[in-house]
Amino acid sequence: MSIEGQVRIPSGCAIAAVISKEGRRMSGAKIVESMKPMHDRSNGLGGGFAAYGIYPAYRDYYALHMFFDDRAARKNCEVFLKERFEIVGSEIMPTRKIPAITDEPVIWRYFVDPLKSVLASLQVDEKEFVARTVMEINTRMHGAYVFSSGKNMGAFKAVGFPEDVGVFYRLDEYEGYCWTAHGRYPTNTPGWWGGAHPFTLLDCSVVHNGEISSYDANRRFIEMFGYKCTLQTDTEVITYIMDYLLRVQKLTLREAASVIAAPFWSTIEAVEDEREREKLKFLRTAFPSLLITGPFSIVFGYDGGLMALNDRLKLRSMVAGEKDDCVFIASEEAAIRVMEPDAENIYAPAGGEPVIVEVKEGAY
Amino acid sequence: MLLDAKDLGYRELNERIKAAEGDCRVVGCCGQRFIAAGLREKTVAIDGIPGNALGAYLDGAKIVTSANAQDAVGDTMNDGSIIVHGNIGDAAGYAMRGGRIFVKGNAGYRAGIHMKEYHDKVPVMIIGGSAGSFLGEYQAGGVIVVLGLGGKPRSGRIVGNFPCTGMHGGKLFLRSCEGAEKVVFPPNLLVRRAEESDLDCVRAELEEYCKVFGYDLGEVLRPGFMVVTPGSHDPYKQMYVAN
Repeated sequence: MSIEGQVRIPSGCAIAAVISKEGRRMSGAKIVESMKPMHDRSNGLGGGFAAYGIYPAYRDYYALHMFFDDRAARKNCEVFLKERFEIVGSEIMPTRKIPAITDEPVIWRYFVDPLKSVLASLQVDEKEFVARTVMEINTRMHGAYVFSSGKNMGAFKAVGFPEDVGVFYRLDEYEGYCWTAHGRYPTNTPGWWGGAHPFTLLDCSVVHNGEISSYDANRRFIEMFGYKCTLQTDTEVITYIMDYLLRVQKLTLREAASVIAAPFWSTIEAVEDEREREKLKFLRTAFPSLLITGPFSIVFGYDGGLMALNDRLKLRSMVAGEKDDCVFIASEEAAIRVMEPDAENIYAPAGGEPVIVEVKEGAY
Repeated sequence: MLLDAKDLGYRELNERIKAAEGDCRVVGCCGQRFIAAGLREKTVAIDGIPGNALGAYLDGAKIVTSANAQDAVGDTMNDGSIIVHGNIGDAAGYAMRGGRIFVKGNAGYRAGIHMKEYHDKVPVMIIGGSAGSFLGEYQAGGVIVVLGLGGKPRSGRIVGNFPCTGMHGGKLFLRSCEGAEKVVFPPNLLVRRAEESDLDCVRAELEEYCKVFGYDLGEVLRPGFMVVTPGSHDPYKQMYVAN
């Protein structure tokens, strides 16, 4: 059987998200429930969640969630990790055995702190070091795959329907201030746990509904900067593009949105504010290879916030709503109503119009 | 007949609607797709949020939904009417070729994409609020009306970017209200002020629309309308081959 990375995977999908602007931590039960009315948007070949604020006791450590083919792969990888990190926590991922989820790999999580001596000798900052380590494991270490590597957050994903994946990972037992969710509909894939969404790097996570047509152009560009696209899925490349634009190029979220979902030239010309018009021109000109074309609706999660964004033609659906301190995003309004029957201000953001929600400072 | 949609899949819900004798009311709807697809008679009233493709292939029945509807309302519908008391999602009335869609609120992207008509089958879609980009994309027939009622739209315009792209038949009416003057149309279209006689093709529907949603017809008609039609009977021949 070919695993992902050897086969190209187009996808349909469902997404949902909830965030508390007050940083109030919510159980994962609601977001899991929200995927049920969108069941038919997935086909059982992938489901996953990203949760922020779930590891307060380990908030200063990178939480590595990993899949291993077998015990030997895990032992081998642990030797590698010990050379680079102090491992302050290490345990098998708690799961429930349910008939809907089968063939699970060995799933383990580690809470780690990069060794200062290694950082000093490599002369890189902590985040860059962790990102490089993740790339190295995922491209070079056979049978080992890091699917989550941020602080005080985690991704949980599997082959299966999202509502079952949530039960499998016992998400009702976690509490986070922000949750994102994904149900996958790949149409031509062997289906592998690592290929489910969210895709993450450090604290960035992406859930994505769509099929981008600029994948190869984007991949060629981003691989010049040390990123390795191992899975041939468009979502992985979006994750790395966001990491590059925000962490490396230090763009704001809104600017990054104007790069990946750049307005048409005719739309830019019609912008009345000259400063804004020049800025849009600059961003389109400076990063032409990072324009993402083709249908996508994504929720990009990060430490302390999220951004929802549609492609500029809005070829995928996405609605937003709110209630009290919470903001909800989903492919379908029905999913929002499951999380909050009385959600207000339901609206569909325009193509290329980012919806950015931040948790108030100090609350996460 | 009252149908509780809670915990029902779309297939079962639709079977019950079909089997119901006479009109029915669906309560607790949450995302079930294809409601009343292909239905020929009876009225289906819906509470909650119906799923995608509400009234697809509708063939004469009437659907009234009390809140918002999702994507692809009235996909390829042939006859009947769909009345939405909230907003509708993207691609409403996709390729419809008959019947009526009345929306109280706003429409998402691509409303009326590929609408068409044939002899006496002339579909009409009336959007009470504003419409997203690509309104009436590839419109080949039928009538789309955007009223711009209910305040200034979020984008400042009652229709988004690129309306009527690829239009080669039918008519689009924009009510002359705040946010209508900024709508930009592509070339090859005829955009002009509508005469009284232009509105004849949609007057009965506007009257009904106002009755359903409680508007005063005179008030709605007062500011007048812009009407958009293709610039010629074959506006795109230069794009392909000279024939």
